[in-house]
Amino acid sequence: MTAALLFLGALMLGSAILAFTRRNLIHSALLLILTWSSVAGFYLWAGAEFIAFAQLLIYVGAVSMIVLFAVLLTRRSLEDPLAAPAPRSRRVGAVLAGGAVAGVLVATVLGTPSAPAAASAPMLTVKQIGLQLMSAHAASLLVVGVILTVALIGATVIAATDRTPGKEDQP
Amino acid sequence: MLGSGIIKGLAVTAKNFVGSYHDPARMVTVEYPEKRLPLPEAYRNFPFLVTENATDPMGTLRCVACQICEKECPPQCIYIEKSKDKKPDANGKPQLYPAIFDIDTSVCMSCQICVEVCPFDAIKMDQVFEIAATDRFSELLLHREQLAKPNTYFQEIHPTDAAEVDARLAAERQAAEEKAKAAAAAKAAAPKPAAPPVHPAGAPVKTASAPESSAASPAVKPPDEPRRSSPSEGGPAA
Amino acid sequence: MSATLLSFYRSLLAGDSPALATEPFLERAPLELRDWFVQLLPAPLQWLVHSLISIAAILAIFGFFFAFLTIAERKLLGRLQNRLGPNRAGLPWAKNLKLFGLTQPFADAVKALTKEDIVPANADKLLHFLAPVVVCGFSLTTFAVLPFGREIIPVDLDAAVLYFFAAGSATELAIFMAGWSSRNKYSLLAAMRALAQLISYELPLLLSTVPVVLLAGTLSTREIVLAQGGWTFGVIPHWNILTPWGAAGFMIFLVSALAETNRSPFDLPEAESELIAGHLTEYSGFKYALFFMAEYFGMTALCGLGVTLFLGGWQAPCAFLEFIPSYAWFGAKLCLLILGLIWIRGTLLRLRIDQLTRLSWKFLVPLALINLANAAFWSLTADLPLPGRIVRWLVALALVAIPFVTLGRRLSAGLAPRTYRYAP
Repeated sequence: MTAALLFLGALMLGSAILAFTRRNLIHSALLLILTWSSVAGFYLWAGAEFIAFAQLLIYVGAVSMIVLFAVLLTRRSLEDPLAAPAPRSRRVGAVLAGGAVAGVLVATVLGTPSAPAAASAPMLTVKQIGLQLMSAHAASLLVVGVILTVALIGATVIAATDRTPGKEDQP
Repeated sequence: MLGSGIIKGLAVTAKNFVGSYHDPARMVTVEYPEKRLPLPEAYRNFPFLVTENATDPMGTLRCVACQICEKECPPQCIYIEKSKDKKPDANGKPQLYPAIFDIDTSVCMSCQICVEVCPFDAIKMDQVFEIAATDRFSELLLHREQLAKPNTYFQEIHPTDAAEVDARLAAERQAAEEKAKAAAAAKAAAPKPAAPPVHPAGAPVKTASAPESSAASPAVKPPDEPRRSSPSEGGPAA
Repeated sequence: MSATLLSFYRSLLAGDSPALATEPFLERAPLELRDWFVQLLPAPLQWLVHSLISIAAILAIFGFFFAFLTIAERKLLGRLQNRLGPNRAGLPWAKNLKLFGLTQPFADAVKALTKEDIVPANADKLLHFLAPVVVCGFSLTTFAVLPFGREIIPVDLDAAVLYFFAAGSATELAIFMAGWSSRNKYSLLAAMRALAQLISYELPLLLSTVPVVLLAGTLSTREIVLAQGGWTFGVIPHWNILTPWGAAGFMIFLVSALAETNRSPFDLPEAESELIAGHLTEYSGFKYALFFMAEYFGMTALCGLGVTLFLGGWQAPCAFLEFIPSYAWFGAKLCLLILGLIWIRGTLLRLRIDQLTRLSWKFLVPLALINLANAAFWSLTADLPLPGRIVRWLVALALVAIPFVTLGRRLSAGLAPRTYRYAP
């Protein structure tokens, strides 16, 4: 379905480009959320429905909240753009970094042999994904779990020590 | 235990729900205007004029245009103009009557002072409140014809007060009649031994004195007897 | 790729219903009606019409359900509060026929449509417009994976439960958009509080459904309902709510569902005494009605999911009651659950934001995790002889009761019953 792929690609790239050119931070955040949603759409196109819904749930449902909270709690003002224009050194650095990433991507895309159109991807059920995660990739799963637990504990500790000692909230 | 309060609360509301279908204590809504709550007897809104009977309202108003209520009304919402002639009242005595008796219901504050000061029990408090008008001025100024309501209506809305007023007025009327009869009898009996020999001269004296005495006797009474309304009518509203 | 995608798409739809050939007529009727209509059209369009019929059916049925839910809620709340609900909206052409106020939702719809649509001058117009659209749209898409009847499911996904929560969590974004686009700092504050509430309760919601998935072995809602089939002695169904972990999970699910849809007693974001209407302050007319609709759709969808996961979906409670069609059972259970939610709304007081979040993090999340362990224990001890079964039940019940009592005590620790001192 080339038309669907083109549409999804355009949506993804367009919203990403708009996201980092907008002056308004909240608009950028919401456009980023649109980018993530189109990535989920891409997963659906590719037949990986579990990953697609997980992407929606995690990125659009949770990470977007974190981004928005962070933007709103740390901003100075929404409308003030970063007034200073980028100095020359930053522009050179941006071009170098962007060029490197672009080069890698283009090389990867051109270097991949195009798959024959008739090959159908295997439909993985959730059960099979689960079995794979628990048996072949159990170590990675545990490491990810440990990282998340550490992050959660760290967040709780930071939030708990912010309170002035001795003051108990009355429930 | 957590949740026991919630269960108790849910039981209370369930009782409310089930009771609302059969128990009047659990369904307190009165679907106005199809049904109305019964008003307490002492409820008052604004005044009306009492007439003795309904067939001739303007002719049997108890009001004698003494203008006491007009003077006592705090927001001065009563306007009275006396008539030029006199008509006989329930006791037969010619009294003035109000040619114009206007009450501005947008000004009246239902304080009941006019009822308390009226010596003739002519003005009483009505209970109607559904008198919304479409015109701000002319429809809210009630005239004599709109204010006049019969005594039977008064007995309906304030039964105990009406009973007390009727009893008192009936007693006064009876006392006046008896006094008139006694005075007439006394006048009839008195001149006989006073002028025994002059029969032709005594007759015109007798006939002249009899109507005079009967006319004089009701006029003698008013200053002594208290004719003010009893304090029970001016009691606190329920 | 296109052919495989199309065949994949076709396989998702509940296609022809061979399993229902022997069922009674009422059971088969909706599906046969749909198949008959689809066959009227040429072959290339049939899959499109198939999905369009499902979409139209969901919109129509749940649209009317929403309309009558509003009047049912108002009348029910009235009766719970010792008063009558609205009973005056009759028919415009027959003034005397009041119909117990059942045409009230249509009157409300006309009112919402004819109200002036006020958008603040400083508001972000695009976001202000998009927020109600997004919230209503995503709430409606969650209906796609609920099995309404034996073969009646609009889209049969392998990861249906995950899809349901993914679509549901996108509605939280719309609440933020509503609060922020109003350019009203109080709306924004209220939207942040609403977001905090929604995030806090997403965790117990998801955790309470994990035991069900564990025991059914699949994320597909159709299979979860099928896994709750069968009866012991023909009268006791194998629904998940009739197991210890299922009852606890159902309670956690219900509380979290109440909080996720901003429903009393968790309706802090939209309470009138809290910053007027919270994130909805600057909305009027039909957009407000859309938010309202989205809340009710969300409530219906979550109740539908609760019925599917815990109450056995479209399964009948006893073997001899199977003559009643499956979609009627689903509808009856859904109505029962929603009536229960209305009952709770009419009874309980609103919680403060700190009480809300404390309830979620300190009570529901640990309880849900222990419930998960309980369900795992239940699943591991599935094949046991009779004495083992009794021990299994006792251990499972203990694993439900003891944490509930302990955590409950800790939650209300430091709170004495309120004492009142009156002026002498």
